[in-house]
Amino acid sequence: MLVDTRLSPELQELADSLAEKAREAGLDFFETIFEMIDYNQLAEIAAYGGFPTRYPHWRFGMEYERIAKSYTYGLSIIYEMVINTDPCYAYLLRANSMVFQKTVIAHVYGHCDFFKNNYWFSKTNRKMLDQMANHASIVKRLIEDIGHDEVEDFIDSVLSLENLIDINAPFEQKIPQEAGDEIAKRRLQVPKMEAKKYMDSYVNPKDFLEDQRKIQQDKYNQFEKFPAEPARDVLSFLLEFGPLEQWQREIVRIIRNEAYYFAPQGQTKIINEGWATYWHSNMMTKIAPLNDSEIIDYCDHYAGVVATSPGQLNPYKLGVELLKHVKHRWDRGQFGLDYIHCDDPKERASWDKQLGLGDEKLMEVRKFHNDITFIDEFLDEDFCHNTKMFLYDYDPRTNRYIISSRDFNAIKQSLLRQLTNFGQPIISVVDGNYKNRGELLLHHQHDGMDLKHEFTLEVLRNLYKVWGRPVHIETLVEDVKRKVSFDGSNHQVEKI
Amino acid sequence: MPMKMESDLNRFRKIIKGKVKKELRKFISNGDLIGRQGKKQVTIPLPRIDIPKFQFGTDQQGGVGQGEGEPGDEVSQGQPQPGEGEGEAGDQEGQHTLEVDVTLEELAQILGEELELPNIENKGKKNVEDKHYKYTGILRQGPESLKHFRRTYKEALKRSISLGTYDPNDPVIVPIKEDKRYRSYKVINEPIANAVILYMMDVSGSMGDEQKEVVRLTSFWLDTWLRTQYQGIERRYIIHDATAREVDEDTFYRTKESGGTLISSAYKLAVKMIEENFNPSEWNIYLFHFSDGDNWSGNDTADCMKLLESTLMPVSNAFCYGQVESRYGSGQFLRDLHKHFGESHEQLITSQIKDRDAIVDALKTFLGKGK
Repeated sequence: MLVDTRLSPELQELADSLAEKAREAGLDFFETIFEMIDYNQLAEIAAYGGFPTRYPHWRFGMEYERIAKSYTYGLSIIYEMVINTDPCYAYLLRANSMVFQKTVIAHVYGHCDFFKNNYWFSKTNRKMLDQMANHASIVKRLIEDIGHDEVEDFIDSVLSLENLIDINAPFEQKIPQEAGDEIAKRRLQVPKMEAKKYMDSYVNPKDFLEDQRKIQQDKYNQFEKFPAEPARDVLSFLLEFGPLEQWQREIVRIIRNEAYYFAPQGQTKIINEGWATYWHSNMMTKIAPLNDSEIIDYCDHYAGVVATSPGQLNPYKLGVELLKHVKHRWDRGQFGLDYIHCDDPKERASWDKQLGLGDEKLMEVRKFHNDITFIDEFLDEDFCHNTKMFLYDYDPRTNRYIISSRDFNAIKQSLLRQLTNFGQPIISVVDGNYKNRGELLLHHQHDGMDLKHEFTLEVLRNLYKVWGRPVHIETLVEDVKRKVSFDGSNHQVEKI
Repeated sequence: MPMKMESDLNRFRKIIKGKVKKELRKFISNGDLIGRQGKKQVTIPLPRIDIPKFQFGTDQQGGVGQGEGEPGDEVSQGQPQPGEGEGEAGDQEGQHTLEVDVTLEELAQILGEELELPNIENKGKKNVEDKHYKYTGILRQGPESLKHFRRTYKEALKRSISLGTYDPNDPVIVPIKEDKRYRSYKVINEPIANAVILYMMDVSGSMGDEQKEVVRLTSFWLDTWLRTQYQGIERRYIIHDATAREVDEDTFYRTKESGGTLISSAYKLAVKMIEENFNPSEWNIYLFHFSDGDNWSGNDTADCMKLLESTLMPVSNAFCYGQVESRYGSGQFLRDLHKHFGESHEQLITSQIKDRDAIVDALKTFLGKGK
């Protein structure tokens, strides 16, 4: 059953004219193809992370059921879905009213612009649709060759390690292999005694030098750490050094590849949603204003998008407000030494040099920032105060969540910590030959939050399936250094 | 259902079924599922099944929020969802268990597979269906009697605000034709029951709470299974001590009676109910009787045997007797039944339910014959 997913001529015309206006206003995006689908299809695509073709796996089914159910119960609804590819694909919900479609289309252009121009997306594969389809066919072939249960089981294990990647890796320049070898060679050089050329073979006999070199080499092998530097990209380490069969290697490669593709989205949730929201509101109210009969519905919708419940931060709201804050400041010239050193709140509030640099600054922000740097740079005390941010904590005595502080520094610290490493714990391989027995030692860089213990145990079990030898992780549990291990049959937790 | 998702969804359902199956014996004996039961499905708490990852322990931790309030105030409404921090790549659920909805049919199927239950042969009566109406949606046209007032008002309000005719000081809203919204309905066919389960329970002084709980659990699973075997099913409840009366489900499990036990009183009432309501040629009749087996007198037991032999057994698909063990031990009635009808009577199925763990075996005995 094929249903036409093209936009109606009316909507297509609208999309085109919105695109034109958005480009005039300074947005720059790939060609965007819209598809009109019903909620079931949207739920399906959302469950697949935006891609209609993914490799078969049950968790997509679980996700689909969750999304479809929360729609049925009216808990949440997805209006649109955009994927970061060139051309950009965007899915619209057939049931949306005309006003919604307009808003959503404008929102989509905001995302597309962000995908294309933001530095953190610059290394992502813009032909990911094809790659995902390739992954799917590889996994399907493996399932036929190896067996469904075995492949699925292995995928489960590797997915459990999916977040152990190094988000900075795509941006690092690798030392070329030869240069690395050169460094190693130099380290292995045996110092020679000084001697005249004709005496050299007597003062520094060849056999002796060779022996020395061997001793050095042994020492080197013994003491050289493996890996030399802690490896943040655990998946890559496993790919390189894990005792994997060819088909297993393919699966690790696929999952790692997809994890890197999705990582920038996790790094830019606030700023990306903020950007899209900023632009859809800009377009609907200023650049391509809605008519009178639509504006109430639009406002109703917008209120929902930036709604906040006291215990939660809404990334749309935070993002769009912070962007507006930036525009406000740069329009008025509220930056630079003079402004920073100005202590008079009255003067600060009325500070206006009428520079009108806001729009320019925003374009710069969308180009260079991810959530962390965005918040680190622009979330200031005024903003924190004006948007009524607070810190809350769990009070075990009353079993309730209470507001614990409105201190700017504490709030900002907490926010930044939540965003560090896209919200995932920082974990690296520190020893691939632990105890000289080929065991694997991971290290968790503890920054105040413990790992969830029962998950840690499960992940170690999965890691063991991939590494094939006992695995360990060093972490802090309630402020005490501990090592959690799994040796294939038992877990062990010991103090270190 | 989209095609591609179907196989992933099936895979997921299969995993769930596998988990439920694995835990089934636990579910059967601890009664967790009862009370989580809706009309058509049961919510089952399962140990986590999604992918574990190294992640922060998010239980009972704070975070950043927005809104009014002084330090020390409670974070009002919309409790922070543990795990829904900012900027996370996926959404992590902070729960330890996953709650999955399993339809009663699926549950019964799992039960059937696990206990290797045969399907029941219907006594060969036709299924009859009944119609009723359910309001399911909103339409722009419809009869005035089905007008949805709130929706209509909202539409009219929106229209008048956008037209600028709305005056907050004189908020009169007059809906016009385009504003009107109506309820729409669907016709739903519902099968009429052609099977009835008559539960009888001894509530004499010797039946304690634990014994009743055992009965309750057993009958929940009996219901679950029998319901899948018939298009519709009716349940009736009889409690008895020295006298018997018909009660509703709730009372059946909650009543604390005391006094002596005359089992025949329940059987007599059952006979009467069948005669009045359930014509054996049209109904599949199941009789379940739970007791600790301490009948008052031998004479009464003899009466019981007579009633069973002459009336109850011939009209029913099966007469099942479950003897629970009370504080005072197990009674004589089970042995009397066996003495009278022999160990392997066609219609008579008996089981001794010592404790909760024995429920599984009881179910197997009761349902294993495919009656």
